[in-house]
Amino acid sequence: MNVRPLLRRLPAVLVAGAAVGVWYLISMVVLAEDRRFLFPPPHDVVREGFLDGDNRAELLDALLLSAQVASLGLLISAAGAIAMAILMSQARWLERSLFPYFVVLQVTPILALVPLFGFWWGYGFSTRVLVCVIIAFFPILTSTLFGIRSADASYHDLFRLQNAGRLTRLWKLQLPAALPHIFTGLRIAAGMSVVGAIVGDFFFRQGQPGIGVLIDLYQSRLQSEQLLAAVLLSSLLGVLVFWFFGWLARIVVGGWHESADEPGVKG
Amino acid sequence: MTVADADEAAPVSGTGPVLSLGAVEKRFPDGTRALDPVDLDVAAGEFVSVVGPSGCGKTTLLRIAAGLAEPSAGAVAARADRLGYVFQDPTLLPWRSVRTNVELFGELRGVPRAERRKRADAALELVGLTDFAGHRPRALSGGMRMRVSLARSLSLRPELFLLDEPFGSLDEITRERLDDDLLRLFAAERFAAVFVTHSVLEAVYLSTRVVVMSPRPGRICGEFTVPFGYPRGEGLRYDPELNRIAAEVSACMRAAAQ
Repeated sequence: MNVRPLLRRLPAVLVAGAAVGVWYLISMVVLAEDRRFLFPPPHDVVREGFLDGDNRAELLDALLLSAQVASLGLLISAAGAIAMAILMSQARWLERSLFPYFVVLQVTPILALVPLFGFWWGYGFSTRVLVCVIIAFFPILTSTLFGIRSADASYHDLFRLQNAGRLTRLWKLQLPAALPHIFTGLRIAAGMSVVGAIVGDFFFRQGQPGIGVLIDLYQSRLQSEQLLAAVLLSSLLGVLVFWFFGWLARIVVGGWHESADEPGVKG
Repeated sequence: MTVADADEAAPVSGTGPVLSLGAVEKRFPDGTRALDPVDLDVAAGEFVSVVGPSGCGKTTLLRIAAGLAEPSAGAVAARADRLGYVFQDPTLLPWRSVRTNVELFGELRGVPRAERRKRADAALELVGLTDFAGHRPRALSGGMRMRVSLARSLSLRPELFLLDEPFGSLDEITRERLDDDLLRLFAAERFAAVFVTHSVLEAVYLSTRVVVMSPRPGRICGEFTVPFGYPRGEGLRYDPELNRIAAEVSACMRAAAQ
């Protein structure tokens, strides 16, 4: 077995160990016993949050729902944003007329929009997905548009030499060249979509609870072990989607584009 | 095996130049004169080098000849259906293998898959890269990438081959080797070639004719015939007669720069 990949992960593992150590230090040493409930030690979080069957089921169900909301939102967003970027790259007037409004949508705090959406369409599954679609759209749109434009003029000349039209150039030159950028956008958007699913939850108190609803609930009930467990799970979800898109990018463009190389590793 | 085996298309029929530029001028929208009227005829079997200082419009001239840029005035007549063009950079598509990069031109021209594969393999053999056909460009050295770029044009079996300072960014040894490769290919295929460079010695070594351009706005200020036949070999590089011609070309360039 090759130990080098393990050695490469060693620093990150050490940091994780140190973080757990600091966590214990704060809950067991810094905090007096009557205030320990504010930041319970790791083993209490694991026992309450993950080993207790009911609590675990509650957390995992909520996590699954949030994951579904986030992935469906991301999927719709990706399809829409990539299609929109392609259209914009082919018609400047479309970009000129629509892009400013995508910027407006992007800079409007999503928290300001959620109550409005709930007011209009209720707080069901589709409204939750819509929040994720909106939050994930812009990074995919801009990175795809940038990627499509990233092909150098000399490459366009290369195609024009043999009289290739703009659709041929789009299909055989610009879209392949855009792929690494699209993956970068997807990676950012995926993380934001998870955030969107969880933050949106704070407004969606009806129906099946997502992980954000649980966080809100545990906080109000001072169930700090479960609260921390929920926080850990939501960051785990974020890490998972981030890792997934990194892996996908390596599969698709890793053979030819250096962006898919693992950070800190050459060759 | 040459690329000709894979494609029995007739060479340029009839006589007369393959490329004919008549009083071609280029002015940029801001009024800068890039090219003053230039006349240049290139016949089949001729290898014409264009030398001149940086920014004299050599590349512009080549782009006009290829139809990539429009002249502001003058006439361009290229009687070549199959046009080869090598840019300063290899301009290979990084997501394609060496072989499918070489196939690109045929693919864009609608050559059937089996046929263009055959031609690509023949072209790769000509530049000595058969063993690298399945590699991605990023695995190749700069000189090898340039060879792939040459093969991409050769796979068309070009009637007119335009080369824009193709070896300018390579180290001297690689550059000399690629010059010799190009000479070998030219001797075998006898296309009409226009080769842009700022190296006088390279120009004389490769060409049947060397054209000197003045600093911007570029115009042709001298023409030299190089009386050596092909194939040409390594030894010619140090031939006194060749070096005498090179000295004349250099003097002409310096005089134009005054």
